[in-house]
Amino acid sequence: MKKAFVPLVVLAAAIFAYAPVAINRAELESTMLLVQKIFYFHFATWMALTAAIAVCGVASVIYLFKGSPIADWYGVASAELVVIFGVFGLFSGSLWGRKAWGVWWQWDPRVTMATMLVLVFLGYLMVRKYGGPGSEKLAAAMGIFGAATAPFVYKSTDWWRNIHPPTSVVKTLGDKFPAAWDLVLYCSGAFLLLVVLLLAARVRLEALRAELDRLYLALED
Amino acid sequence: MIKVALLVLRKDVAIEARSREIVYTTLFFAVSCVLVFSFAFVMEEGVPVEGAAAGILWIAVAFSGTLALGRTFERERYGETLRALLLTPGSRAAIYAGKLLGMVLLMLATEAVLTPMVAFLFHAPFFARPLQLVALLVLGTIGFASVGTLFAAMLVRTRTRDVLLPILLFPVTIPVMIAGVRGTAALLQSPPDEAVATLWIGLLTSFDTVFLVLALWTFEPLMTE
Amino acid sequence: MVRRTLCACLSMALWSVSLLAQPGQEGFAPVTGAPASEQIPAAPLVISSYAFFLVLLFVYLWTIWRRIGKVEADMRNLERRQSDGGQRR
Repeated sequence: MKKAFVPLVVLAAAIFAYAPVAINRAELESTMLLVQKIFYFHFATWMALTAAIAVCGVASVIYLFKGSPIADWYGVASAELVVIFGVFGLFSGSLWGRKAWGVWWQWDPRVTMATMLVLVFLGYLMVRKYGGPGSEKLAAAMGIFGAATAPFVYKSTDWWRNIHPPTSVVKTLGDKFPAAWDLVLYCSGAFLLLVVLLLAARVRLEALRAELDRLYLALED
Repeated sequence: MIKVALLVLRKDVAIEARSREIVYTTLFFAVSCVLVFSFAFVMEEGVPVEGAAAGILWIAVAFSGTLALGRTFERERYGETLRALLLTPGSRAAIYAGKLLGMVLLMLATEAVLTPMVAFLFHAPFFARPLQLVALLVLGTIGFASVGTLFAAMLVRTRTRDVLLPILLFPVTIPVMIAGVRGTAALLQSPPDEAVATLWIGLLTSFDTVFLVLALWTFEPLMTE
Repeated sequence: MVRRTLCACLSMALWSVSLLAQPGQEGFAPVTGAPASEQIPAAPLVISSYAFFLVLLFVYLWTIWRRIGKVEADMRNLERRQSDGGQRR
């Protein structure tokens, strides 16, 4: 991973540099025109968030049941990513909604549940910061519950009447609006690469901190 | 396992019966909550805001439930009984189940007082479909209490437990609250929308199942040092 | 194990109940027919969305970089102290 890191960063930078160009060149969607272009990053960020939640959930389970410190590092790193991508997802959705629905915010099930998810992982970070010793386990419990509710958030647009479009829109995008589909894949891939790189960087920070603690302890002997 | 759970429950009920401190304070808090809401939401002519009743009931339940959770485990911490409980050779999950049962009973008692009160103050026809309403309340209480008991127990040794409990509990129980409020609101319409209420009852059941299984699974590793 | 499998099956069965729900909106449903004074230009929204993303990303990268720098400085300090202590002995 270490050797691949710098080339991957360069690749990611290139991908993200090209993305606005590609989005600018993309076809306008027939009903929403320009504002629909927020979709490419909006959808991609929620894909990244799903990946981060999956990592956090698995890491939390491993940490809680096996006590592996590396799992804890991945847990906290992915929780931070969940909050960051979640905030961006809500923000971009809000901007899009302002134009498309006429309101900055709407308490429809999908938006409410997505906000809840971000709050759960924010709680994860808060309990780690303010919970005192042993709070990594408490945070792991939060991570598990957050990961368990994520499928409900995904399905919320299919089960309840929503102002937010249902999941079938993206699934049928290849047929209905093929010009967008490739761009959606491109942006989602870019964001997933970003998740991998950010995770690696953040886990490196945790690993360094653990090494520092070890050195302190060795010094005291 | 059921025997141990019932023993824990009997212990809690016995302690509580002597002083009744938690029951009375929780009830009083819940009632004051509803009164504050009625001052806030009932307009000058005495006509309450449309559709507020369902939300107010569930908010009062959530707030008083959080308070009760904090107080119950504070008492455990003060008496050092939690550590003693964990040292017993029974399964940890049984201890959780016992505490959960106690909490559910307490919250149901609170709801029994709150529901007629909200119905009266907000002119809401809560008792048009009593069976579905009871199902919603019971399932919602189980969902809320299952997560709450787990979090309160795991926070018992933390310094900032009083602040952290609501911060951690409310986001996770948002699905339960949404289901409860929407289901109750559906029942309050005239005529009561039974199909929607049944839908939310079904959803609440799946939330409860997921939360209960998760809580039972994670209680043991969370409570060990 | 059996209990958990049963619970999982129960939840699946109950989730299928929720499929009786009302269908959501299909496709993008824009606001049409709003008066010109209500309509707002889309370009600032799109641009601020992408700009916000870049800001968020760079702020996060900067915090990671700063924290790693601090930890590495601490490590260098420690190693220096250790080697000084070793020389003195």
